[in-house]
Amino acid sequence: MSDAPATSDGHVTVGSTDTAPSAPAGRISRTDVAHLARLARLAVSDQELDVFAEQLDVILGAVARVSEVAAADIPPTSHAVPMTNVYRADEVQPCLPREDVLAGAPDVEDNKFRVPRILAEEV
Amino acid sequence: MTDLTRMSASEIAALVAGGEVAAVEVAQAHLDRITTIDSQVHAFLHVDTTGALEAAKAVDTARANGTVLGPLAGVPLAMKDVVVTKGLPTTAGSKILEGWHPPYDATITERIKNAGIVMLGKTNMDEFAMGSSTENSAYGPTHNPWDLSRIPGGSSGGSSAAVAAFEAPLSIGTDTGGSIRQPAAVTGIVGHKPTYGGVSRYGLIAFSSSLDQAGPFGRTVLDTALLHEVMGGYDPRDSTSINAPVPPVVAAAREGAAAGSLAGVRVGVVRELSGEGYQPGVLAAYDAAVGTLRELGAEVVEVSCPRFEYALAAYYLIAPSECSSNLARFDAVRYGLRVGDDGANSLEEVMSLTREAGFGPEVKRRIMIGTYALSSGYYEAYYGQAQKVRTLIARDFAAAFERADVLVSPSTPVVAFGIGEVVDPLTMYRNDLCTLPASLAGTPAISVPCGLSEGLPVGLQIMAPALADDRCYRVAAAYEAAAGTLTIPEVS
Amino acid sequence: MDYDDVVARYEPVIGLETHVELGTASKMFCGCSTEFGGEPNTQVCPVCLGLPGALPVANEKAIESTIRIGLALNCSIASWCRFARKNYFYPDMPKNFQTSQYDEPLCIDGYLDVAVGDTEVRVGIERVHLEEDTGKNTHVGTSGRIHGADYSLVDYNRAGIPLVEIVTKPVPGTGALAPDVAKAYVTALRDILRTLGVSDVRMEQGSLRCDVNTSLNRPGEEWGTRTETKNVNSLRSVERAVRSEMLRQAEVLDGGGTITQETRHFQEQTGDTRRGRSKEEATDYRYFPEPDLVPMAPDPEWVEQLRKALPELPAARRVRLRDELGVSAEDMVQMGNAGVIELVGATADAGAPIGEARNWWLGYLAQKANEREVEPAELPISPAHVARVIALVADGALSVGLARQAVDGVLETGDDVDAVVAARGLQVVSDTGALEQAADDAIAANPDVAEKVRGGKVAAVAALVGAVMKATRGQADAAAVKEILLRKLGVEG
Repeated sequence: MSDAPATSDGHVTVGSTDTAPSAPAGRISRTDVAHLARLARLAVSDQELDVFAEQLDVILGAVARVSEVAAADIPPTSHAVPMTNVYRADEVQPCLPREDVLAGAPDVEDNKFRVPRILAEEV
Repeated sequence: MTDLTRMSASEIAALVAGGEVAAVEVAQAHLDRITTIDSQVHAFLHVDTTGALEAAKAVDTARANGTVLGPLAGVPLAMKDVVVTKGLPTTAGSKILEGWHPPYDATITERIKNAGIVMLGKTNMDEFAMGSSTENSAYGPTHNPWDLSRIPGGSSGGSSAAVAAFEAPLSIGTDTGGSIRQPAAVTGIVGHKPTYGGVSRYGLIAFSSSLDQAGPFGRTVLDTALLHEVMGGYDPRDSTSINAPVPPVVAAAREGAAAGSLAGVRVGVVRELSGEGYQPGVLAAYDAAVGTLRELGAEVVEVSCPRFEYALAAYYLIAPSECSSNLARFDAVRYGLRVGDDGANSLEEVMSLTREAGFGPEVKRRIMIGTYALSSGYYEAYYGQAQKVRTLIARDFAAAFERADVLVSPSTPVVAFGIGEVVDPLTMYRNDLCTLPASLAGTPAISVPCGLSEGLPVGLQIMAPALADDRCYRVAAAYEAAAGTLTIPEVS
Repeated sequence: MDYDDVVARYEPVIGLETHVELGTASKMFCGCSTEFGGEPNTQVCPVCLGLPGALPVANEKAIESTIRIGLALNCSIASWCRFARKNYFYPDMPKNFQTSQYDEPLCIDGYLDVAVGDTEVRVGIERVHLEEDTGKNTHVGTSGRIHGADYSLVDYNRAGIPLVEIVTKPVPGTGALAPDVAKAYVTALRDILRTLGVSDVRMEQGSLRCDVNTSLNRPGEEWGTRTETKNVNSLRSVERAVRSEMLRQAEVLDGGGTITQETRHFQEQTGDTRRGRSKEEATDYRYFPEPDLVPMAPDPEWVEQLRKALPELPAARRVRLRDELGVSAEDMVQMGNAGVIELVGATADAGAPIGEARNWWLGYLAQKANEREVEPAELPISPAHVARVIALVADGALSVGLARQAVDGVLETGDDVDAVVAARGLQVVSDTGALEQAADDAIAANPDVAEKVRGGKVAAVAALVGAVMKATRGQADAAAVKEILLRKLGVEG
């Protein structure tokens, strides 16, 4: 991940006590894109790496604006109508018939989903 | 008999209920229309002729048996292909789900079926609901019925175009950052984004979980309200579903139209949702619409919501973050595309090759932005901060709603642009400038046609507080009654 | 490496992470059955299969069980907390993220006091949180292990089972007792979980899984780098894993090397640990609050009710055994070392006299456990069974010998005591006529032994007793038989 310092593009960032910790302005490199692609399991091609690096750079530059907003002691929102404690009773419900479970599978063996050899170890 | 395809949903429902026309005849008329016109519009990805006629037949049989029909029984509908429909192909506009037939129905699919609504097929969309033009579909773009060389908006462009092309009187779309309201605006129809949690998300292929909402499209406010009442309401299978009755949107639509007056209603014009980047023609149509509201007796005030300026930045952090996680399940294991399984490649390689081949560029961009924004060391500054900005936007709304009952703005800054005209991602994102604040706040918002600019439709957005969807419909209906519905030209 | 030498020169710090499969009827976020051993992929729905469009709804019972576990471990229960997504790709993960908890666990900051010999150690509990289990991969290839496998097969029946993760704070200052403390902690934890009834806690079945963290430092220095050891599948393995890791780390440090922070795997056969496949970089799970679920805000009154309704926990039971039932301190230590305090207490609760209960568990049952190389608590016989056996002996329906046969029967078949007794025809032969006859037969068949006894070698009567026992298929009361023989031979017993 690029750790270049925030650029001075007119945004109030470092130094102001009531703004959020500044996000690095989008200086995202080819290497960064390759890293993100690996994390996200995307076999991005060489040409795409450059195109994406440029595009992501611009987009991240735009979204970094959120850091301008003073929000130190503001609680986050994820639901418009705040709710808590939504549960279901511990009761067994019918599950999917196995044919339906396996119907869309790219490869099946012994009623299980068959996948190619796994490299990484189980976490 | 007037062309069935030119009738409103409520008119059709009345005819069917009264036995004056068979649901099968209605369905056939619309299927014929699709056959005639959809090669040009490309609203549909899949037309379910058999299923539609069967559903229509069932309505006719029920009617003949004396069963009391629901308010929309026999009315055809087009369903956005992001909604899971059992046994019917569901692609979310993506190659990665090509050929997938879900083994279950979304809750809203069940509700539509139970209401006797006749689903004609699945409509085109930007891949995984990411886009504002339907150009990101892996299956080719949809064309705006007003001008086939132009986009129909997105991501629910297929659903919107289907209604605007008279292929169905009703359709269902989803709105995450504006994907119902903006297409409605640029195709000259009505589209509503319900309060977040007002319509079940169970069976909606997820893009951004805290923002996605399914909603109705229609050519009239009343039709849209009727569909909203069928779709909406509590669903125990969706933990974010609000356990409260659907707001009385149909009553509000009727009252709004009948009252002929908005006296006592305070309308807030949002200062920040105007100005630079907005086409003059759009602003002119919008100003005229505000004028109409004033003439109807509404008290028009200006409100300022300064944090709305950060809505785009916050949205394009939150939505990609959530989608980077939501789309991780597309991994070539249980369903969907599998590429590169040649016996030599490892699973990790097969996953990566599959996702590379199966996802389009916009989806990949957003996945990578989301992955970045959630990375350790960046979470607080990006996703964490964006969620706080969301709170501030909600507070701006709250403050504005103390001075106004509804807020208004254009639905989108520009009219329909040409297919292929906008290639820069950020420019495309700016189509959402007006719609994003209500998405982030989770509050309801409707787009109703408010005239033309250079011959292309403009939409008026009416926003209300959470759970007050009925207010949107009331004001929209009053406006529609006063201004008249747009005459949508014939597709040529 | 000599263990005593190692602990003379180094101080260990240990920590444990335990995963408990809850025994709920349905899964954490959907209504699929959690029953063990189903046909592959028959207990799966759109939610736990991770189909597009599916959404989770939290199992209330799982939350309740987690809170009860936290209360039993003296934790504070969060007044507001959320689930979070832990994002990583792996084929046994239907969504390629695990719904878990990150920085807002349901329960925090508790403790569990464990006894090792006559030392009591307070193990701090960092957190108790709730998450979902993954599916199961079967690796197909020459070894059945992931390394060198040709391909893998995935079954999602277990995907979505509720899992509680219990993490201790680091435990320093245990010195040579570190392995014992680790084992005692897991034992005590397991006993609590069993008492709460939240899980069947069978380590061998995977419903209780342990990872052990170990580090070493020289006295006075900062704590060392810790390693994590997985694949610790029994209580004995917990002890052995800590011990072997301490020895291994000491050897490395003695040689001037450094300890790498890594995950290691415990090898049952050899008793040592082997390094896992090292990762290029630490995994960044990109945690964020789960947007498909709403926060949990357990009602304080409800939590209080749960606290009040907690069953008598093992620690309290120990105190009661000691005080009310008059178990001596030495007995407590002996029972503690054998890991049978709970069992003895439960057997006494089931009606057996405390002394009898202690004798059985420290005697015959401890022997059986040793033979099978398991802990007494892992024997497939319950305190209730044992109490029943004791009662039958007290009634005279069984002799001690027959009682042991009955116990063997329960261990073998899993049936209850009365069923075993009936099936095997275990019955004290109390028909004195038959016994008299059998005694006469034995004396007649062994005249030289009989002579010895008559001559004063009373101990020799044992051979005759044996003969009678054999003739009665062990169903006579040996003490009674001896008495009869001695009387017949004209000798005082």
